[in-house]
Amino acid sequence: MSPSIIVVQLLSGLAKAMVLFLIASGLSLIFGVTRVVNFAHGSLYMLAAYLTYSLTAALPFGAASFYVSVLAAAVAVGLVGLVIEVGLLRRVYKAPELYQLLLTFALVLVISDVVKLAWGSENKTGPSAPGLAGSVPIAGQLFPTYDLALIVFGPLVALALWWLFYRTRWGVLIRAATQDREMVAALGVDQARLFTAVFALGSALAGLGGALQVPRQPLTIVMDTSIITEAFVVVVIGGMGSVPGALLAAVMIGVIEAFGVLVLPKATLVMTFAVMAIVLIVRPWGLLGRPESQGRGAGGAIASTSAVPVPRAAIVALLAALVALPPLLPTFHVWVLVEILAFALFAASLHLLMGTGGMVSFGHAASFGLGAYGAALLMKLAGVTMPVAFVAAPVVAAACALVIGFFCVRLSSIYFAMLTLAFAQIAYAIVHQWYDVTGGDNGLLGVWPARWLATPLRYYYLALVACVAGIALLGVIGRAPFGLVLRAARDHARRAEAVGVNVRRHQWLAFVIAGFFGGLAGATFVFLKGSAFPDYFSVPRSVEPLVMVLLGGVQAPAGAPLGAAIYKILDTVATKYTEYWQMVLGVILVTLVLAFPRGVIGVLRRG
Amino acid sequence: MADVVLEVDRVRKSFGGVHAVDDVSFALPAGEIRALIGPNGAGKTTLFNILTGQLPADAGSVRFRGRPIDGLAPWAIWRLGIGRTFQITATFATLTVLENVQVARLSHVRRSRALFRPARTLELGPATTLLEQVGLADQRSRAAGVLAYGDLKKLELAIALAHDPTLLLLDEPTAGMAPAERGALMALTARIARARGLTVLFTEHDMDVVFATADRIMVLHQGRLIAEGTPDHVRAHREVQAVYLGDAV
Amino acid sequence: MKITRALVLVAALAAVAMATVPLGAQQPPIKIGEINSFSGIGAPFTGPYRSAVEMAVEEVNAKGGVLGRKIEVLFRDDKGQPAEAVKHAQELVASEKVALVSGTFLSNVGLAVSDWAKQNKTLFVAAEPLTEAITWSKGHDYVFRVRPNTYQQGRMLAASAGKMKYVKWGTIGPNYEYGKRAWETFRDRLKELKPDVQVVVDQWPALGKIDASAEVGAILAKNPDALYVSLFGSDWLAFVREAQKRGLFQKMFVVGILLGEPEYIDPLKTEAPEGMLVTGYPWYDLTQPAHKEFVARFTKKTDKNPVLGSLVGYVTYLSIFEAIKKAGSTDTDKLVAAFRDLKVETPVGPITYRAVDGQSTLGAWVGTTKIDAKRGVGVMVNHEYIAGDKVLPSADEVKKMRN
Repeated sequence: MSPSIIVVQLLSGLAKAMVLFLIASGLSLIFGVTRVVNFAHGSLYMLAAYLTYSLTAALPFGAASFYVSVLAAAVAVGLVGLVIEVGLLRRVYKAPELYQLLLTFALVLVISDVVKLAWGSENKTGPSAPGLAGSVPIAGQLFPTYDLALIVFGPLVALALWWLFYRTRWGVLIRAATQDREMVAALGVDQARLFTAVFALGSALAGLGGALQVPRQPLTIVMDTSIITEAFVVVVIGGMGSVPGALLAAVMIGVIEAFGVLVLPKATLVMTFAVMAIVLIVRPWGLLGRPESQGRGAGGAIASTSAVPVPRAAIVALLAALVALPPLLPTFHVWVLVEILAFALFAASLHLLMGTGGMVSFGHAASFGLGAYGAALLMKLAGVTMPVAFVAAPVVAAACALVIGFFCVRLSSIYFAMLTLAFAQIAYAIVHQWYDVTGGDNGLLGVWPARWLATPLRYYYLALVACVAGIALLGVIGRAPFGLVLRAARDHARRAEAVGVNVRRHQWLAFVIAGFFGGLAGATFVFLKGSAFPDYFSVPRSVEPLVMVLLGGVQAPAGAPLGAAIYKILDTVATKYTEYWQMVLGVILVTLVLAFPRGVIGVLRRG
Repeated sequence: MADVVLEVDRVRKSFGGVHAVDDVSFALPAGEIRALIGPNGAGKTTLFNILTGQLPADAGSVRFRGRPIDGLAPWAIWRLGIGRTFQITATFATLTVLENVQVARLSHVRRSRALFRPARTLELGPATTLLEQVGLADQRSRAAGVLAYGDLKKLELAIALAHDPTLLLLDEPTAGMAPAERGALMALTARIARARGLTVLFTEHDMDVVFATADRIMVLHQGRLIAEGTPDHVRAHREVQAVYLGDAV
Repeated sequence: MKITRALVLVAALAAVAMATVPLGAQQPPIKIGEINSFSGIGAPFTGPYRSAVEMAVEEVNAKGGVLGRKIEVLFRDDKGQPAEAVKHAQELVASEKVALVSGTFLSNVGLAVSDWAKQNKTLFVAAEPLTEAITWSKGHDYVFRVRPNTYQQGRMLAASAGKMKYVKWGTIGPNYEYGKRAWETFRDRLKELKPDVQVVVDQWPALGKIDASAEVGAILAKNPDALYVSLFGSDWLAFVREAQKRGLFQKMFVVGILLGEPEYIDPLKTEAPEGMLVTGYPWYDLTQPAHKEFVARFTKKTDKNPVLGSLVGYVTYLSIFEAIKKAGSTDTDKLVAAFRDLKVETPVGPITYRAVDGQSTLGAWVGTTKIDAKRGVGVMVNHEYIAGDKVLPSADEVKKMRN
């Protein structure tokens, strides 16, 4: 590698890092102060990009139009953030169980369709930045002027943020709030206003990032989802709530990726996640993050109050209906029921982790995918019969969970969540790349039930037995000493250690059990669809059960299957009847969250 | 005469140049109730955290019934028979009072990983007995998170007693309670300890409680033990007087 | 408060229940299930496809439909997920009783639906997915495909590139099946034609997530004589902007599969690189009266110029109508039989669905890119239509692949 290549590649990495930093710093700030895991951050970034695109064309200021548009878009998106915080998030701060996450997920859906409605779904090439559109020779190569400008601009923003945090009273409050929210409240600070301001500032930073990306990247309606994971990665590597950490991590990721494509061109799928996994294993709180002050278990964000009782008669009636009704139903409804059963089990397995154990996983799709691929590969490669593959698949998933869990349970809260995500992505990359075994992204086809099970009804009853047994077993485990101790460790990890509980080992076991049943869900699903694809490991597949658990209600094990049923039915119906199913689903989710801030099962709560 | 239960030998711990615990040595004979006192920041909680495995010591050794326990994880130290309470109350907030004690009992009888029997029916007798001893039996079905502060302290005591410990380490067991309640709780603690033949080491700010309860008293000041002896001896100790009167002046 | 919550729940459930009650229909139309990526990564390309499908259906219904019955197309969004597509196939066949399923854009979605069709003995007409596997290694009796696949288009380009002087080649493409196969078929054929070809750089950014700056740097670092590009969509747009600034197009000859299609060249406007060898769809130059009419009708209906997806959508449904006519029925086995050796008159000439693999003989245009200053977009010049059957393997070769 010649020195000129190294210089130019380094500059490329730095330019990308600056945009990443802007987005990640906003996300980090919002999480640090409000503890909101803002999935909609990428949507705000996308919104600003489209606004910049349209404003630049509409404004009459000639060459200055673009720059005015960038500022205007950032401010406008900051205002959108403000409205979201005041209008929606504020209503659910009191619900301690990550319901804000559910709301922001609903916003992702809504904003996505808003952009589609307003701008159409075709890709667009944005305007160049006037005055910076050309290139300059550097080390014998041409390098875009605009990228150089970004490399200068990024640190200026960092400096401005530093000034804000270290030289203003407001900044002192934000830093204090990042470390100890209760203390700031005790100081008599108006927490509501602080949260609103921080959310608006964070949103504006996302907007600035999106606006500045316009000359570098085409506008697409999937910009939101492609940036959000990367932004979380940067935030977590840097340390949640740490702006300098976000800068450091953005530079690290930008530069590693720039050189990574030279050395390992095929590894771009997984490079970022591999880096994150390594950083988190070595430094469980990110590069510049701090351990959270309370000695909570992994996932500290979940703090359920006592469980909600579900009337036994309701469960018996439901089971009777599930056994008796399907022969009377149209075939498609039977198929949908199988899908609901699979997802009910999938969500219930996640509930053991996040509800009972307080460990919020962003990578539970790994168990689902491993179950699906485990079953498919056992049939294709090992030549076992379908029933054997069905039974063995969850064991494969559990075995992998044993390895993944070993690393993950060392971490807490969002760091745990992101490490699970990293492993799911690594699994995704392996499945995606290992053509000879997994068929790559063309997937594994012809994974159908054995002939004697191949009618919809017969397969339904197999799924019913497997999933109901799985959900029931998860319920039994939740009520057994293990479940009780897991809840104790969730409430207070140090206290649990001080009554002789090896907390990590219990969490590890929970991880393996959740992996087992997630794998069973994946196996149930794969024989329904007949094929397995890498997207079984994807981030949306991990987010789905999370949404289901929250929607149903995290405090009761029955909430997860209930949430799965509601979500799947809404999704199936909305997708069938409208092209804008995301909007419909998003609005319904927002309504449900506001109406049932503790999940739908909260209806059953006494008093 | 009695066996030594806890032996601390030249333990040190510093945080960024500040000696939080500086060359502390002492031995605790079986059945004794000993208080560890000292002004705020004297290093009491740090010392407790070293004894219970929450913090590693920089130097020195800790032996429990002759067996070195430094480097062991908190849960392993607990298994040897050392119970503790926390200065800031630490209970399992969403669990009921009964379940709080059950968790400790289940851990003690090594059934914390049992997967298939309902926990509801397990260790009920011992857990109820413990709750009766600390006077919480009538609150057994309430969530720990909604208990009054004094009751939380009692619950902590019940949890700490759940595995029939040999040694009890209580970090400010009465902190934050009304004066009248403090005496009652410590009297209760002492009564249970004497009845079971427990060895107790506790820290406390309330001197009335200390002098009423402790067999012997140690005084920690700026990380060092400056006095050790009977209540009368400590009361008369000049350096102790200086530390405490200095505080008062 | 509790009552309001209960009401919301009841209202939501009622909405769901109402939505699932089928509406009464008077005359039974022939239903066709159309599954495509109307959201997600395929969304930018499926809009014009859908418009053309709607146009074809309107036209045929205006003439009284097929077999005296109206045609009704039920559109379903697969969200870019294979499993979602399978769910729609289940619903369309079981609940809506569609005569056949068609559509799909992404290769893996196409494969999932195809495999489901095989298992459930349902006819699947794959419109846009390009993977060869659909008709060959994973082929079966119930699947037919309209568009020329990666193998065909790769070979078309190799035939031209093989005549050129370039020896040191590089490639960049999305890191998935399409990108890999698009390159491999091109490379293998090129090496047959020109054995001294060597590959000096291959870059594989993740689909939809290109870091254009770093990738352009990596290619410039190896400085090949020529570059084969299988990027498309937003990856391609990002790559072009960066490559233009870094002078990449001045330093090497570029071959781009699909990149002459309006889908990919129009968004670049005047930034489109000139002098690239591409496959594509020069609708503006095609003089067949049938095609001119097609363009006029499409433009009138949508106010937009057609893209290749429009042509494919139109041809797909013309083919479906022809097959139903030929079969005289909507019975699956009769439709499958009808599709074998089915001849269809399309706006760009006659095509045939080969009996051996179900691949249509629709071809593609190979040409060179140039900026059309008047329209302000890139266009193809010196283009030549290469019929699909000229670059298809023989029946024997196909039979070998299908075993």
